[in-house]
Order: sequence, then structure tokens, then C-alpha cells
Amino acid sequence: MVDELLFFMEVLVGGLLAGTMYSLVALGFVLIFKASATFNFSQGAMVFFSVLAFCGFMQDFNIPFVLAFILAALLMVVVGLCTERLVLRPLMNASEDTVLMATIGLGYVLEGLAQAAWGVEVRRLDLGIGDFPVPWIADNLKLFISALDITAGLVAAIMIIGLFLLFKYTKIGLGLRAVADDAGAASSIGIPLKHIMLLVWSAAGVVALVAGCMWGARAGVQFALVDLALKALPVLIIGGFSSIPGAIIGGLIIGAVEKVLEVYIGPFFGGAIEGWAPYVLAIFFLLYRPEGLFGEKIIRRV
Amino acid sequence: MKPVFMTYTKKDLINLAVCMVLSVLIIPSFITTEYWYTSILIPWLCLALATIGQQIVMGYTGQLALGAAGFMAAGAFAMFNLILRVPDLGFVGSLIVSGLIAAAFGILFGLPSLKVRGIYLMVATLASQFFIIWMIDKFGWFKNYDSSGIITAQDIVILGKPFTTPLAMYFVCLAVTTVLTLLAMNMARGSTGRNWMAVRDMDIAAESMGVSLLRTKVQAFAISAFYCGVAGALFAFCYLKSLEPVAFDIKLSFKILFMCILGGLGTINGAFIGAAFILLFPVLLNAIGNNVFHGAIDATIISSIEQVIFGGLMIIFMIYEPLGMAKLWENLKQSLKLKLSSSGIKSVKSPAQKSE
Repeated sequence: MVDELLFFMEVLVGGLLAGTMYSLVALGFVLIFKASATFNFSQGAMVFFSVLAFCGFMQDFNIPFVLAFILAALLMVVVGLCTERLVLRPLMNASEDTVLMATIGLGYVLEGLAQAAWGVEVRRLDLGIGDFPVPWIADNLKLFISALDITAGLVAAIMIIGLFLLFKYTKIGLGLRAVADDAGAASSIGIPLKHIMLLVWSAAGVVALVAGCMWGARAGVQFALVDLALKALPVLIIGGFSSIPGAIIGGLIIGAVEKVLEVYIGPFFGGAIEGWAPYVLAIFFLLYRPEGLFGEKIIRRV
Repeated sequence: MKPVFMTYTKKDLINLAVCMVLSVLIIPSFITTEYWYTSILIPWLCLALATIGQQIVMGYTGQLALGAAGFMAAGAFAMFNLILRVPDLGFVGSLIVSGLIAAAFGILFGLPSLKVRGIYLMVATLASQFFIIWMIDKFGWFKNYDSSGIITAQDIVILGKPFTTPLAMYFVCLAVTTVLTLLAMNMARGSTGRNWMAVRDMDIAAESMGVSLLRTKVQAFAISAFYCGVAGALFAFCYLKSLEPVAFDIKLSFKILFMCILGGLGTINGAFIGAAFILLFPVLLNAIGNNVFHGAIDATIISSIEQVIFGGLMIIFMIYEPLGMAKLWENLKQSLKLKLSSSGIKSVKSPAQKSE
């Protein structure tokens, strides 16, 4: 009995921590949606692009870890700049569906560029954190929890706190909130819309890089990351598109539910139900609470 | 009782005649290499059919869906099982029934569209994509307990005659595509299509005009899935000649989405243009890679470049011409007509001039 409970706890905690990985991807999504009401479908591609660039800098040019990270982050700022200038500004007044389709295109461009520049083979990314159970926790609590999961959880927590402070206490954050509220009004009182957008896209790029490092360390840096990042979409539906805490809670729910279902119900159906379980869960949320747990209620006017 | 079939104008009949002469007489007599049939014409017809399905739900009804490949898989495996288990149905009967089975899935996964739209709906339709593929993969019955993972498709036999040569298969695809395209044009022009477009342009206004959202949206999803299902069955039986769930993964869904958007949302000819472009462009790029650079560029790089170009085109079209290549073609025709009439070669009087 105790063993079963322990096993359940292990599955649950493992799922929750794995869920923070989804949260990290979802976070970049929320940042952009909050500031510009744009669904950035290319967030997954940004994850792939940034971490592949990071690996490329380290492994092909032998640039040290920290410098490579900074370079990759700068590259994401450039990507943000280009996106703002070439994609978003011309589509300023387009409908949201049009912008969404353009970001699907953007995702394709980023995936293609990354593969053209750094090849298609799977790269290993070693962060110096092993993907194996932490001995201390295994000995004392009898739970087998991976060090990488714990790191991902910590990183997610730090990013949330950082973003929260940024939004709440800085002038930039105030500007961000103003733009999110009403872009037209914000720009008419002199908030530089362009800079805000650039900032948001760069921030989303850096968040993507961090998420990519976590995923890359676990699963290898490969194209499959893009598909994994698609799971950030159900996370967003559950948490709400415009809420940072929502992205975190949504990620935790998805992570926990998919692991628990996989372990306890999966075997009856031949396994691998984690491929679709998050999406079906999202459908149930859509039917009963379309705005998500923390999202603003969607009001459409005729 | 509303008339079921629209009346066709003289222009439609001429277009149809030209297309038929081209595809039935000219293509078979000029193209003799098997490559063109097996690698270009057959997949083009199948994917164009699937793109029409995507058009119905996305271009005409304005519902952002991303699960075409899932419905195609449903159609393909339904076809396999119908031919295997209910041989009395025959090829055409199985094709229709497998389309209907795909339509049932379409209705099921189209239901969330009543509540949500945009990216929310996209996520709901992603569920269909992943669920259908998983279901086929995990339950051995669908694959007739074949453990190899790849099942060979049965030969196509219609009324006791085998259709196994590339040319014969091309004619099978052509016949099915022609019938379904005509039907789709019919629906798009008739009251069905008008309801779809009313829902697309403003669903609340459409509802207040007496258009039932439930009926219209579910109908669009069902018909769309029917088209995708039939297309999937043809794709598996005429092009792949095998059945494996992996062939219908999310990448194919994206491909069909691209065909639909680049070809031109809300047009039937856009489906054919888009499918042709997405299929032929990689062939062209490979030819350039092989002939101009003599294979100096790696094949993976070429496919990456292809992806960049597709994505870039998508952005460019969204910015400059959201109605896609079909609209470009329309513009070209218009400007040609104008040029002809202004240079006095042929005076085409517009209705406005006549009334003066």
C-alpha cells in the first residue's frame, strides 16, 4: 500500500515537474499574447531555432557555454527585431486569424533556417545536469525524481518571479501592460509601441532559448522539439492565453494528468496516450470554460 | 424544396470541357513516362481533393482547422477494412462509405467549433489528428493484426476490371476528383455555400439572419472530412499503395493547410493551384540542385530551403494578397482582358457600359 502510494507520488511529482517544461514553452506564448493579442504559433519553432543555434555555437565554433548562451540570446533578439519589422508591422491592422497564419509561416521559416544552418542530425546538449534521480531525495523520501526536472522547475520559478517583477514594478512593465490593454491609446500617450513589441519578442525568444535548453538536455536537440512544443497549446487553453500564472498551472495540470493517465490507464489501450490526452483535456476545457482557468473572459461584439 | 443542382453558365461548361479535354485526351497522349503519373499527377489529384476539404471548412466556413491528415487516415484505413471485410461493397461503394466514416469523425471533432474559434479550434482539431492516428496505430484490428507496420493496399478492382497501371489509377483519381469537385462547386455556389460564407464573415449576424450555426458548422466539418476521407483513401490506394499511420502525420496536415492558404482561401481552383505548387516546387528545387549545382548542395539543405521559401511565401501572401494564388490568377486574367479591350483587338463591353 505504502509502495503504491509512493509510486503514485513519484508519477505525480515527475509529471508536475515535466509539466514545468511545457510551462516554459507556454510562457513565451503568453508574453507575446499579452502584449499584442497575437497568437504566436512559431513559439515552438523559436524553441528549436534558439537551442539549435546555441548548440551550433558551442559545438561547431567551440565557443564557451556562457558566451554561446549570450550569443544565442542576442540572435533571438535579432529574430524578434526582424519579426517585428517584416511580419508584424505590415500586418498591424490584419485580422487575428491572418496574423496567426503568418506566424505559422514564420515557424516554417525558422525551422528551415535552423536546419539549413546547423544540419538535421540530433545533437546532444549537456548542461552538466544529469537526467537521473537525485540520490538525496531517493534516500530520504524514497522518491525517484530527476535532477533535470528539479532544475526545470527552479528555472521556471525564477523566470516567473522575474517576469512578474518586470511587469509589476518597472516602467517597461507598465508600458507593456498599457499596450496590452489598448495599443492605440498607449501609443497616443507616447508609449513607443515598436520598442515594446521588440522587447516582448526578444523576451519570448530568450524564454524559448531557456525552454529549449531544458528540452534539449532531456530529449536531444532535434526536430521533434517542434512537435513537443505544440503541447504548449493545450497548456495555454487550460491556463488561459493571457495569464502567466495560468501558463504555469496549465503546464502542471497537463504534465501531471498525462503522466498519471499514461501510467494508470495507458496500459489498457496499448500506451502512448500522452500524445493526445492533453488535447482531449483541452477540448473539455473549451466546452466548459473556454477562457481557461485564469484567462480574461472572451467577449465578442457584433 | 430548393433546387439541388445549380444551373451552370456557358463559361462553366467551357471550362469543364477544356479541363476534360486536357486531362482525358491531351495528358495521356503526351505524357508517357510513369514517373509523371505515379509521382506528380496522382498525388496532385488526391491532395487537391483533400485541399478542397480543407477549403470547405477553412476557406468557406472560416473555421481554423488543422486535422486534414487525420481524416485522410480515417478514410484510408476505413477503405482498407471495407475492402478486406465487406468485399461485396466494391471499390466505389467502399470509397463512399469510407468517406462517410471520415465524415462521422469530422462531426465528432467539429463539435467544439460551436463554442470556440481561431486558435482554440485549431487545438481542438489537433486532438482529432493525434487521436485518429493513435487509434489506428494501437488497435491491431484496424491494421488486420499486421505486425510489420506497413500494409500493402489491395488492388483496385472496379466491376471486375483491375486498375493497376499508373494510367488506369490516374483515371480513377481523375474521375473521383472531377465528380467531387463539381459537387463542391455546386455546394459552394448554392444556399449551402452561402450559409458557410455567412458564418465565416460574421457568425453572430448569420445566426440572427436565421442561419443555424449548429447545422452549418457541423455540415461543413462533415463534408470537409468526407472529402479528406475519400482523398486519403485514394492517396493510400493509388499513390502510396500501402497503408501506414505515419504517412498521415501532422506534417501532412500542415502541407494541406499551406496548399489551402497559398492556393487561395475560399476558392475551389485555389485548391488545385496550391496543391500543384506545393508538390511541384520541391521537384523544381531538386532539379535546380542537381542540374545547376550538380549535387553540390546537400538534399537536406534543399529541403530546408524549401521550408524557408514556403514559410516566407505564406508571410508574403498574408501581407500582400491574403486571397492567395487564385486571386493573383484572377487579377492576371482581369488585366489581360482590360489590355485586350483597350487596345481594340476585341471590344468587350462590361454590363455598366451596356446600360448607358
